Amino acid sequence: MKLHDFFKRIEPDKSNKFLHTTYDAFYTFLFQPGEVTHGGVHVRDGMDLKRLMVQVVLALQLCYLFGTWNIGHQHFVAQGLHEGLLEGLHLKIAYGLIKIIPIFVVTHVVGLGIEFIYAANKGHAVEEGFLVSGALIPLIMPPDIPLVWLAAAVAFAVVLGKEAFGGTGMNIWNVALLARVFIFFAYPTSIIGDEVWVAGMENIGSGVFQSQEYGFVYGIFDSIFGAAGWSTFGEGTVMAADGWTGATPLRLAATGGWENVTANYSVSQMWWGVIPGSIGETSKPLIIIGMIFLMVTKIADWRIIVGGLLGFVACGLFINGLAPPANEITENTPAIFQFMAIPWYYQMIMGSFLFAITYMATDPVSATSTARGKWIYGFLIAFIGLIIRVLNPAYPEGWMLSILLLNTFAPLIDHYVYAGNMKRRLKRTTQMAKVREELITSKQQTGSEILSPQNA
Amino acid sequence: MINHLIKRSYGPLVVLTVLLSQSQAATGWGNFLLYGLGGIAVLLFFFFLTSVADNLLVIESKAVGADKTGANLGLFPRFRELFGRRKPDYLLEKHLYDLKKGYDLPLEGEAADEIEEAAKVTRYAIQPTNFIGLQPIPKMLVAVGDSVKAGDPIFFDKKMDRIKFVAPVSGEIIEIKRGAKRSIVEVVILADKEQVSRKYSLPDLDGDRQELVDFLLESGAWPVLRQRPYNVIADPDVAPRDIFVSTFDSGPLAADFSLLVKGREEAFQKGLDVLNSLTDGLVYLGLDGRDEEAPADAYAEAEGVEKRYFRGKHPVGNVGVQIHHIHPVNGVDKVWTVGVNGVLLLGELFLKGHYNSSRVIALSGTPLDEPKHVRTYLGANVGELLDGRVEGGLAGNRIISGNVLSGNQRSADGFIDFFDSQLTVLLEGDKPELFGWLLPLKARPSISPTIPNLAGKMEATTNTHGEKRAFVVTNDYESVMPMDIYTQQLMKAIMVNDFEGMEGLGIYELVEEDVALAEFACVSKQPLQQILRQGLDVMREQS
Repeated sequence: MKLHDFFKRIEPDKSNKFLHTTYDAFYTFLFQPGEVTHGGVHVRDGMDLKRLMVQVVLALQLCYLFGTWNIGHQHFVAQGLHEGLLEGLHLKIAYGLIKIIPIFVVTHVVGLGIEFIYAANKGHAVEEGFLVSGALIPLIMPPDIPLVWLAAAVAFAVVLGKEAFGGTGMNIWNVALLARVFIFFAYPTSIIGDEVWVAGMENIGSGVFQSQEYGFVYGIFDSIFGAAGWSTFGEGTVMAADGWTGATPLRLAATGGWENVTANYSVSQMWWGVIPGSIGETSKPLIIIGMIFLMVTKIADWRIIVGGLLGFVACGLFINGLAPPANEITENTPAIFQFMAIPWYYQMIMGSFLFAITYMATDPVSATSTARGKWIYGFLIAFIGLIIRVLNPAYPEGWMLSILLLNTFAPLIDHYVYAGNMKRRLKRTTQMAKVREELITSKQQTGSEILSPQNA
Repeated sequence: MINHLIKRSYGPLVVLTVLLSQSQAATGWGNFLLYGLGGIAVLLFFFFLTSVADNLLVIESKAVGADKTGANLGLFPRFRELFGRRKPDYLLEKHLYDLKKGYDLPLEGEAADEIEEAAKVTRYAIQPTNFIGLQPIPKMLVAVGDSVKAGDPIFFDKKMDRIKFVAPVSGEIIEIKRGAKRSIVEVVILADKEQVSRKYSLPDLDGDRQELVDFLLESGAWPVLRQRPYNVIADPDVAPRDIFVSTFDSGPLAADFSLLVKGREEAFQKGLDVLNSLTDGLVYLGLDGRDEEAPADAYAEAEGVEKRYFRGKHPVGNVGVQIHHIHPVNGVDKVWTVGVNGVLLLGELFLKGHYNSSRVIALSGTPLDEPKHVRTYLGANVGELLDGRVEGGLAGNRIISGNVLSGNQRSADGFIDFFDSQLTVLLEGDKPELFGWLLPLKARPSISPTIPNLAGKMEATTNTHGEKRAFVVTNDYESVMPMDIYTQQLMKAIMVNDFEGMEGLGIYELVEEDVALAEFACVSKQPLQQILRQGLDVMREQS
């Protein structure tokens, strides 16, 4: 192969560690090396970590596509412009790209940069773990996240969340969620509140919003779109549409129950994901496609996902049961009871539960290791997460916190599964010893084989 | 009132009454509900009646001891009988273990069902490294140039001087090959045309056990016995709890074990009798239940042993897996395992009074022109065995004594290992592939559904298909291991020297070949067999 020869020729000297590690990362990305097995098995499975990780990234592509469009769509709908789904499609996608590309680039430059430096210093190959973390982080951020904060969050997550523990495979908490939780606690203004979930809407005082001023980049797009005779961005600074708040369905539900939600969004909007929210978590059908893909390919463990769905339904019914009956709910009922009364199937399409249980909870490193543990783990994530969502007065969503909580307890769950296994095996051996005694006795008595139905 | 009734466990009755009264209130579907409930009550009544009968039958079968066969003596069919695979006739009324987990590597190059005499082989070797538990430099009893008969002692271990290791064939010692740190790796014998065996005076099988043990030690037949845990050479001072023999190999491209005993049925039975005299416990025979037809008569009709059928995918034929299901090993008991070749060797020794290490070996793998079985002796030279069988020579191929999962690499100068019945030739996979991880265009075996097997059987290579990483994926070892063992956790326990963990998680039950399939499937390309052996060595030192 000419290409391979070329790459072998430009291989840098090993004296420059960083350069060589970087070269190695790109070389192994381009080629599966011609390395052969030594000792142990002679044939190895075709699956490796790169392929495993890239499947998750593949499953996320639909969320990326939809998220890009939805950033633009929400932005224009907030101004009362291009309200049709396909109306101003070029503007929405251009706007989405202008928002999402910097987020994606900053995440990867910071995250991979740190990975490369650590790999060079420790003298091992660059590990693939950040492929998935880096694909997940942009999707769970609000579209207007300041890039400096994002960089700080990614650096925190990769250095303290992963490299401090020894790199890919050693971390205790989900890296992508650590990045988000960092922003959540360090810069809460950028991730809590109504207006943060729609890009480019600025508060100009006393709850009045107007859209951002379009800058240079938009001008370039405008000149292209204008030449093609399509609609353009224009100057910006358009006042928000009447009655627009930017609140997510969950915020509405927490303040006024289902009535309040349906006054702003229809069920089908929430199902298809045409609502404000983090970039990639709004569209339920696309997430479900990814979920099925990951379960069928066995990349994600189906037990966690199914356990999570069961836990969600169980907790949903439980909370519904605590709420006052539907016919007793009036406008004067406290908001929390109205929130609790929302049936579980509506709860499921409102927030980011499906995204979290599919992509965050199933991270094999931070989840439980055992099959039985995975059922418990998934179930508890959903159960606790829904409790945090509904009963927590400050912030109407709980998956980030509940998954990190269960990440912490995953080794404990596993510990008890292992202890159970040890006990069971011990018991079985004792039981078998008894069977053996009986077999020997019957062998001595009959002098022939053990009893069978024929000679019994 | 209602509370009181519920307290006296009339709860269901109350619910029924309430339902009935409601049903009368709601005209129209009231009758339907009433009849429905009546119908359910009648069904329940009959169900209880048959349940009682079923239980009585099971109790009765326990009383007469007929439940040990594993046959279903109850009235109700078991779930597996209704929905599982249909059992072939020969498996009816047999004790069958149906294992669900495992993976059969879809490899091409299986050896054909014919046996050829391996005429070209002249050199044979006994290799001290084949036996676990020996010191690197054994005490030699012969020198280069000596001529030996089959069964003449060659060396012994200084710490276990009663166990004699003997010549597999008669001939002249032509080389004593040394490896690292002057350890002895091969004692090579140039075989005579006419094979001569040492003469033995046989002890009585029904006599003193100690006498039998002494004879086996002195005769050189002892090394066919291996002891679990650790898979070391059996300790003569220990009486084993039970002895296990697996009569099939489920590994990739394995030899057909029915060919191994062809024409030697009598010797096999005699060998089993010897094993029976060696233990107060039981001799278990693991039989192949995977095929539509019963295994060879030598196995299926063997006498004086407990027969257990096994069905499933590899590693179902591993004796370790079978022990795990029949009666697991713990740290206290010792069990012995013997291969079919070992049983045959013992049998011939007691039947005819000579040392006959003749055995059938499968030559398999795609580089071979005609993969087939050959008859040769223990420790045959690899290069001579393969001479003229591989078109284009052996360059670019890897020769493996054993199978592709747990075998050992050999050069053309090397020899087949003591316990192996298989020689595999495998293509080296040292060519890089453009985007090989993303687009696996060339077929490769994999347990992952993301690499679907469209080719059926395929030609595998030795490529690692990726680089070594830390443990990331969980539960993948467990999905191919048909044992109740958390392999990954065990590996982690070994790596941190957690003795309690190793013991509790079942290190005593495993040897390298049992985790070989998990090592194959490992996404992180971890060397599980090597890690396990480290752990076993540590545990052995401790005990």
